[in-house]
Amino acid sequence: MTEEEDVHQTVTMPPMRPVEVAERQEAEPQARDTVFDIQGLTARYGTNVAVRDVNLEIYRNLITAVIGPSGCGKSTFIRCINRMNDDVPSFRLDGRILYHGADLYGDGVDPVEVRRRIGMVFQKPNPFPKTIYDNVAWAPRVLGLKKELDDRVEKALRSAALWDEVKDRLKRSALSLSGGQQQRLCIARAIAIEPEVLLLDEPASALDPIATSSIEELMHDLKRDYTLVIVTHNMQQAARVADRTAFFSLEVDDSGRAGVLVEYDETSKLFTAPSEKRTEDYVTGRFG
Amino acid sequence: MAAAERALTLRGNARVRRRRIVNRLVEGVATIAALAAVAMLGLVVWSIAKRGAGDLSWGFLTKSLPLFGEPGGGIAPLIVGSAILVGIATAIALPVGVCIAVFLQEFASPRVRAPIQLVIDLMNGLPSIVIGIFVFGLLVYGHPQNGLAGAYGLAIVMLPLITRATQEVLRLVPSAQREGALALGASRWRTVVGIILPSALGGILTGTVLAVARAAGETAPLLFATSIYATTVQWDPRHALPNIPTQIFIWSESPDPADHKRAWASALVLMLFVLVTSLVARAAFVRSRRKLSR
Repeated sequence: MTEEEDVHQTVTMPPMRPVEVAERQEAEPQARDTVFDIQGLTARYGTNVAVRDVNLEIYRNLITAVIGPSGCGKSTFIRCINRMNDDVPSFRLDGRILYHGADLYGDGVDPVEVRRRIGMVFQKPNPFPKTIYDNVAWAPRVLGLKKELDDRVEKALRSAALWDEVKDRLKRSALSLSGGQQQRLCIARAIAIEPEVLLLDEPASALDPIATSSIEELMHDLKRDYTLVIVTHNMQQAARVADRTAFFSLEVDDSGRAGVLVEYDETSKLFTAPSEKRTEDYVTGRFG
Repeated sequence: MAAAERALTLRGNARVRRRRIVNRLVEGVATIAALAAVAMLGLVVWSIAKRGAGDLSWGFLTKSLPLFGEPGGGIAPLIVGSAILVGIATAIALPVGVCIAVFLQEFASPRVRAPIQLVIDLMNGLPSIVIGIFVFGLLVYGHPQNGLAGAYGLAIVMLPLITRATQEVLRLVPSAQREGALALGASRWRTVVGIILPSALGGILTGTVLAVARAAGETAPLLFATSIYATTVQWDPRHALPNIPTQIFIWSESPDPADHKRAWASALVLMLFVLVTSLVARAAFVRSRRKLSR
């Protein structure tokens, strides 16, 4: 009996690292570093449970995609990771998010410091109504990184594959850029302060296919220096860009509706040989 | 006839026609009420222009006040005095009002916001004569009259207006801008100072200009604080400052018909200032609003 229980526990536990190292050939060894260890994360707005009991680990220099149907708590989940939900009055969080072992919601943790290390790019491009240059330079200035600011801005714009398009008009308003350019500017803005992690909340959902593919290409390049987590409702996008994919779904029971993590695995495995029926239904288009 | 009755008719029966008449009637009454408001403003502008325009001249705008019973004279001291009073009032009310609005919109929890909002709104409804007496009792009684006390009174009038106008524009700043700044590791106040206030600047300034237009015409707060003054241009706000609204009041109480004419002309100057600044401010506000919501 005890042995059976043990087995059961092992099955429901978060993905175990040794197994994955063995399974994954193309991943470099250092890619196994755990950046986030999320344990029993439950997020509520008032009495409404948005995400329930999520356990997963996110690894360094990988692109981790979060997919799932509308309302399954994908955005809530990703916003928990850099404490962007703090300002929502009724928001409550249980469980732990360990970032390199430190609890993001622990005592004395400053959300400002958290967000400085864990950047975020939003669904709709939201450049500030300033010049292109000032959009990128604003955060470094605020954080006191004023040395060689021009180089920093150029580096960030180059990393975001935007430099060649804007180098002659850095003093023009950022609002004069196209939607795709604006989104890449927002990425440049986020990486100008050299965060370790970049969270992308449906970064391409407001963009046309060409702009979308340039963002996806960009993500591949950024992987070298950053750990990326992307929320997307577009399964093809997850399949194209992500190394690992987490599938969230909506669970309805007596206590109400809540988003839950159904399956988390290598992207190729999750899409071709999912171990959960619900995942299979979703990725084959039978629901959602 | 019988055939015509059986054919489809869209003219409607008696009840439908009655509804149409009632509809027209209500529409007409509402239109007349709206036109009456326009006519009232037109009437005020026209009557003041008619009585005041004749005495308006360059000399009237640039000369000192006439000594009692003398002909001629001008209102230069009034214009300068009013400008100083409103200037000091703005210097007090603008920063305080913007800070209150930032607190209410960006920092306060809803539970704290509601009562403070109520206080600001009640302040807006405070009778200006009450402000005048308050300022008199607090700052003037036992001292000589002085312009500073009058400016404080005007600042009390302007404060809720500026606060309200600033809140309105802060509400228009998209929350995506806030989130974008916060996600870059900027603290709350940095976000406010660096991103939100610059976006809202146009709206704040136009709200301020509207408050200036309102304060320029306020008489009651000045009546006890700065109403006994010299006839020449005064620059020192520690003394009583000549000002347009009070002087209009004094001249219109005078038995001398020449003073009545001066009162009309001064009223015209004041009214033109208020109308023009309000219109310009409103036009600018519409523009900045469009820019924000784009």
